[in-house]
Amino acid sequence: MAEIQIKGVAKSFGSFKALHSIDLTIADQEFMVLLGASGCGKTTLLRIIAGLESPTQGEVWIGGRRVDQLPPRERGIAMVFQNYAVFPHLTVYENIAFGLRMKKMPQAEVERRVTRTAELMHIEQLLKRYSGQLSGGQRQRVAVARALAMEPDVILMDEPLSNLDALLRLEMRAELKGVLANSKTTTIYVTHDQVEAMSLADRISVMNGGRIVQAASPVEVYRNPAARFVGSFIGNPPMNFLPARRNGDGRYHVAGIALDGPPKGGPELEFAIRPEDLTVAPGGLKATARVIEPLGAHTLVTTEVDGALFRAIVDSDIRIAPGDELSLVPKPDRVRWFDPETSQAVTA
Amino acid sequence: MNSRTLPYLLLAPATIFLVVFFLWPFLQIAWLAFSTPEGLTLKHFQTMASNWKFWPTFWNTIILAAIVVPLQLIMALAMAQVVAKLNTARNTILYIFTIPLGLSDLAAGIIWLAIFEQSGFLNSMLVGLGIIERPILFLGYQNLWVIFIAVILAELWRATAIVMVILVSGMGLIPKEYYEAAEVFGAGPWKRFVKVTLPMLRPSIQTALILRTIAAFEVFAVVVALGGTTLPVLVGETFNWQFALNDRNVAAAYALVILAISIAATLVFLRVLRTPKGATL
Amino acid sequence: MTAATVAAEDKPRAVSDIGVAGRFLFWTSVVLLCAWVLVPIYLLFVNTFSSPQEVTAFPKTGVPSFDMGSVNFFLSFTGVLKALWNSVLVAVLTMLLSIGIGAPAGYALSRFEFPGKATFRMLVLMTRAFPLPLLALPIAVMFIRIGLDDTPLGLALVHTTLAIPFAVLVTFSIFSGIPIELEEAAWTLGCNRLQAFQKVVMPLVLPGITASAIFAFTISWNEVFAAAVLTVENRTLTAFLLQSLSVSPLHLRFAGGAALVVPALVFIFAVRKYMFAMWGIANR
Repeated sequence: MAEIQIKGVAKSFGSFKALHSIDLTIADQEFMVLLGASGCGKTTLLRIIAGLESPTQGEVWIGGRRVDQLPPRERGIAMVFQNYAVFPHLTVYENIAFGLRMKKMPQAEVERRVTRTAELMHIEQLLKRYSGQLSGGQRQRVAVARALAMEPDVILMDEPLSNLDALLRLEMRAELKGVLANSKTTTIYVTHDQVEAMSLADRISVMNGGRIVQAASPVEVYRNPAARFVGSFIGNPPMNFLPARRNGDGRYHVAGIALDGPPKGGPELEFAIRPEDLTVAPGGLKATARVIEPLGAHTLVTTEVDGALFRAIVDSDIRIAPGDELSLVPKPDRVRWFDPETSQAVTA
Repeated sequence: MNSRTLPYLLLAPATIFLVVFFLWPFLQIAWLAFSTPEGLTLKHFQTMASNWKFWPTFWNTIILAAIVVPLQLIMALAMAQVVAKLNTARNTILYIFTIPLGLSDLAAGIIWLAIFEQSGFLNSMLVGLGIIERPILFLGYQNLWVIFIAVILAELWRATAIVMVILVSGMGLIPKEYYEAAEVFGAGPWKRFVKVTLPMLRPSIQTALILRTIAAFEVFAVVVALGGTTLPVLVGETFNWQFALNDRNVAAAYALVILAISIAATLVFLRVLRTPKGATL
Repeated sequence: MTAATVAAEDKPRAVSDIGVAGRFLFWTSVVLLCAWVLVPIYLLFVNTFSSPQEVTAFPKTGVPSFDMGSVNFFLSFTGVLKALWNSVLVAVLTMLLSIGIGAPAGYALSRFEFPGKATFRMLVLMTRAFPLPLLALPIAVMFIRIGLDDTPLGLALVHTTLAIPFAVLVTFSIFSGIPIELEEAAWTLGCNRLQAFQKVVMPLVLPGITASAIFAFTISWNEVFAAAVLTVENRTLTAFLLQSLSVSPLHLRFAGGAALVVPALVFIFAVRKYMFAMWGIANR
């Protein structure tokens, strides 16, 4: 059982507060992704769980044991580093076997585990090579194999794919998902790439400014962002935002149309809709087309609504030219509202 | 975790060592130079300065350094440029150029003794070429300036490699794009050297000059090997006062003089060759 | 004009292309510079491998006769073998001490941030700027009081003071070249700090540390002033040669010079790869 509990963990570096009181529970064998931009604290949190940093406050529990005062080797974790950290002076075989040898495992068992994980990561033909003779992608596989060979309760991964080129990243993502699903470990994965997060995670913790803004499944985070930040960070192209004001009839007015808003909403709200949830039809937001990008499967239109940038994804058959006046109708069940002061979602 | 005390533990031996074997003796020298059983005094400095040998010693050392160091800088720049342009045999030639780095100054003095000595190779060559009939006594006490030149040559031969290595490292840091850009804008090889290489080498040149000048003020074994006691220099006189004349206080005074000119030279180089903030690589 | 001729005329000239005359000048200066370095050393060896009579004879031919007379005289001269042995002893001690003391400091500087770091670096830099051999004078007095006077250990301690700034700065640069991620990976794979250092860092820094050890050896082997001040009965080779310079016969001096030079040549050859790492760090 490798449930992870993070209770009130905070971290300061001098006067800089990297993490503000984080509370998070990760279920056994869950694949949790920590997602956020550079500097949001996701790597710091991962390193605290690993034991490479100690928290200024708070507790970390792994599998029912309190571990925040323990060194990394006593926590039952294995880690894959961003730059792989494959030992240059050892062969691939000895790299994978490193942790097993530290545990004084008998050679037969070492042999079994090394060959098994090497086959799993498709590097069995590289076992006698040194890291200097490997490509970046191969080194990354060695790093993963080395972690898997430990058969740990928890695997921690710090942006393992970010140094690979785009095509390789795509391949490895799929491979990793398969391998980790079969491994029965709890996985914590750090990334700034929201596509990676969406594709791999059971749950995503979106982080900003040292806090977890929302922790939920990918679909939930996409459809029902808990804060404006989540809506703008997830999704490519990002969510659109417009100011809305409630008037006498109780409805909210946005760029020329009136919509039903949440009952608990204040006099002013922020209206949000994703570009793919708009259709070109009469009776919608008044938009002036500025940039048209035909992307094959659909067309991305950047428009101006009320002086603000507003993107829409429309069918590739529809012909639009710059300067055209359009009417964009939002799908009612996909409209989201945010409080302009707290940036929190306002739900019904 | 003990990672708060660990760095201090690791640093402790070196710190203790330097305090005991550097700071403490340094303070002792300062004390020796200024004290008598009665109290603080400038007497030792007066003894030192009124000795007939003092000013010649002082100027010998300064002039030697003033001639040797600039020559070494120029030669090292030339050698560094050559090394930078080498493609084939670079490693061999680099090894050859850096051989003098590993040699004792005493060994260098002896080597040039073999050349300048009365029955030595320079005389042999000159006689062989018919330029002179009989060997010249180069290193005799009558020819102070010849000993001077011999010392300069020996020092040039021995210590230029140190400057060269510092410069080559500095040159290696200059991206070749700067040279390419300069050529695109019309600069020929000499101009590129003067306008790109030299300015970007400023920090290295500064370091090299400081280190080399301080070392030049300490010249000792080369002079003894070539000229015996004919050419007095500051370190030699320090040695003399300590052992032959048995006056440790004056020896300490000499040591402080050496320190003073070293500090003065360092300050001058730091000022003259400083690079404005942001103007470095 | 055809496309081929246009292309031929258009071939870009490399920035460093200098033409035939330039090339000749270049290689001439290379040869001259190499000769400048090598010929004096060669001449020393000519004298070393000539009989004592040939050393004082005139004119010199510039060709060694491979007579071992001078060498034999040197080796059998009273005190020479002892001096050679002392030099070796002192140099080995210096090597061990300077690395043993300097390497941990270099590691601490490269891995940790802590108050006092800047002060320590300043202390180390100051020692390079100071005429260190002059410290031998008060240290000589100190040693007489504690009984270390005229001992190899005593001189080794002074030489270590000379070598420590090098050892610290060079090991600092070597350790900084090892990403800390490698140690962190070892910590997650079951190592404590010491084990991670032994299994991951040591193998990677060993060549560089060896090179700086050899360099420390060379510094001690070559040092003259402190050796002359601090050793009387147990002279090292440099002190021995210095004291006897004015009174010893020529062939002794040259053979002694060769004895100083040969090990140094070997050492510099052994560490040539690291020369720039070691002296280049003077830039920092």
